[in-house]
Amino acid sequence: MTLTIAVHGLHKSYGDVHAVNGASFEVQQGEFFGILGPNGAGKTTTLEILEGLRQADSGEVTVLGVPPWPRNPALLPRIGVQLQATSFFERLTAREQINTFASLYGVGPRRADEMLELVGLSDKADTRTEKLSGGQAQRLSIACALVHGPDLVFLDEPTSGLDPQARRNLWDLLRDINGQGHTVVLTTHYLDEAEILCDRVAIMDHGKILELGPPATLVRRLDAPTRISVESGLISLDDARALVDGATVDGAVADGTDGVEVVDDGVSLTIATRTPAPVLAALADRNAMRGLSVRGATLEDVFLNLTGREFRE
Amino acid sequence: MSRGLVSLSRAMTLGFIRDRMALFFTILFPLMFLVLFGGLLKDPGTSRSDIVEIGSVAVFDQMPAEAKAQLDQVLKIDKSGDRDTSLEKVRKGDYAAAVEQQGSTVIMHYSATDQVKSGIVRGVLGSIVQDANLVSAGVTVPAYRLDAQQVEDDSLKTIQFITPGILGWAIAVGATFGAALTLVTWRQKKILRRLRLSPVRTPTLIGARVGVSIGVALLQMAIFIGIASLPYFGLKLSDNWWMAIPLIVAATLAFMSIGLLAGSFAKTPEAASAIANLVVLPMAFLSGSFFPLDNAPSWVKTVSQALPLKHLNDAMLDVMVRGQGPGSALPAIGLLVGFALVVGTIAAFLFRWDDV
Ligand SMILES: Nc1ncnc2c1ncn2[C@@H]1O[C@H](COP(=O)(O)OP(=O)(O)O)[C@@H](O)[C@H]1O
Ligand SMILES: [Mg+2]
Repeated sequence: MTLTIAVHGLHKSYGDVHAVNGASFEVQQGEFFGILGPNGAGKTTTLEILEGLRQADSGEVTVLGVPPWPRNPALLPRIGVQLQATSFFERLTAREQINTFASLYGVGPRRADEMLELVGLSDKADTRTEKLSGGQAQRLSIACALVHGPDLVFLDEPTSGLDPQARRNLWDLLRDINGQGHTVVLTTHYLDEAEILCDRVAIMDHGKILELGPPATLVRRLDAPTRISVESGLISLDDARALVDGATVDGAVADGTDGVEVVDDGVSLTIATRTPAPVLAALADRNAMRGLSVRGATLEDVFLNLTGREFRE
Repeated sequence: MSRGLVSLSRAMTLGFIRDRMALFFTILFPLMFLVLFGGLLKDPGTSRSDIVEIGSVAVFDQMPAEAKAQLDQVLKIDKSGDRDTSLEKVRKGDYAAAVEQQGSTVIMHYSATDQVKSGIVRGVLGSIVQDANLVSAGVTVPAYRLDAQQVEDDSLKTIQFITPGILGWAIAVGATFGAALTLVTWRQKKILRRLRLSPVRTPTLIGARVGVSIGVALLQMAIFIGIASLPYFGLKLSDNWWMAIPLIVAATLAFMSIGLLAGSFAKTPEAASAIANLVVLPMAFLSGSFFPLDNAPSWVKTVSQALPLKHLNDAMLDVMVRGQGPGSALPAIGLLVGFALVVGTIAAFLFRWDDV
């Protein structure tokens, strides 16, 4: 058994607020595990309990085989935690910053420089941390979390507040880190991020884990229709309906009750169907494929399906 | 984890020397006071009184040269032939007194406006006349002599009193603010939380902060004594000045405990400095850092006994300039360490790693 994290029946309240309400999950060694949920879902609280910063009210938690609470100095060198970008010593340069953290673990400056290189901050080594951009600060923060070569890394919303380019760069970095054998536990409120990065994702809301599994499985399990859009005006609504009826195989009915529907919003005409192949073929026959886009269901649909509300209110 | 100790101390030291505000308020600002007081009130020994001699006064003019030289240290005697102008000048305060002789009577004209000075002149003249009487009565070896001697070193100047007091204040500011602001800022910026996630032990963290604060205090001491010892200011340390080092170490602990207590209550650095200011500034006044408490009401003196800075100031004065033995600082060191233990323990109970 190579269970890195095991959580059973975890509860944590702050006064009246039930921040974590009976969460259970396991993380395997080497896995990239995501906790996805809107703000206030209880992600940070869960993570802080795993890190040993907070005591659970009840439930069993083991991290790398031992309970993280009370503070266990033998466990700490084996985990790495990325806190918010601001948790740096004041007025130190990037290199001084990571060297300070490295030495707390008995790690030398050579390795610290390697980490700066890995996160692409070698040219910013002598810049004060106050002057780093958001993305650079996040990368430094991650470098500080990894400098002692931990088995398990916790990342709490590492990409929030970053511009799209910086997010993408960070995703590459996180994938590399996971590829090198570090188990990664990440929280995020970005659906696309969870979908792209995580081997498995736990969808969390109001302190409860609603769904748990690989993103592709969760989406497939939803059995949602595929949405095919073409430019508006290429074919009429009636034609489109007929086309869907004609293309329907295996007895599926295109009456909208099982998620198959045709909508024209004046810009694009969208056909939702569970059997996209014949629909696409029929559209091709009619030479009506200008502006074609095909979208499958996403985690967003999974969340909508689980909670009955949009992910971001 | 001595490694953690070194690297944390380094991080704190760099954070301090790169913080212009902290450098200003712990070193430059108190130094300005030292320079100002030390320069303005330089050499108070020149409190000679000016008097004017109208015509010829035998007791002055027939004085032996040696006695005359001694008299010069206390009285500056101008001569004038014009009685009216001389009296007018006394009235205006240009002279402390005008002296004339009519027959065998020495007459001293003085103004009531400066009673202290005229009192001094009157005393001096009285003794001169007395001496002259003894001589004319044939007494050359008087039965009793009064020999007044100052208890301190002859060279005692304002700078001697000012330096320990202002240094004490500077150390109080440095240690209190250093501890309070580190605690609050590190908690607010989640550095404490980050350190808690590393294997560093709490005593290492505290040890680093204490070490850096003591280093800052000793640096303040070196700079202050260095500048006050410049010939322009003329500080002269007595033999046991080095006892100020253990005193300053003990006082740093005491002031840090105050800072930690302030930091336990405050949530923001601004609140922490406000609380620290509210404690340190009144303490500095009540501890005689800026002016002596000799004339203060007795309740002030009673209150001041509870203040660590008061004990630091008094003990530093004793060993640095009053020339007292090394043992004289021990009670103060004991008091300061005791204060640090009591207040530090309270602060430890109120300690929080996190805001929430
Ligand atoms: N220290 C705290 N004191 C009181 N309530 C808290 C505290 N931390 C979090 N909460 C509450 O607990 C719930 C979960 O918070 P959190 O774990 O931070 O969620 P997330 O990280 O998913 O946004 C929220 O309702 C939040 O307001
Ligand atoms: Mg959070």
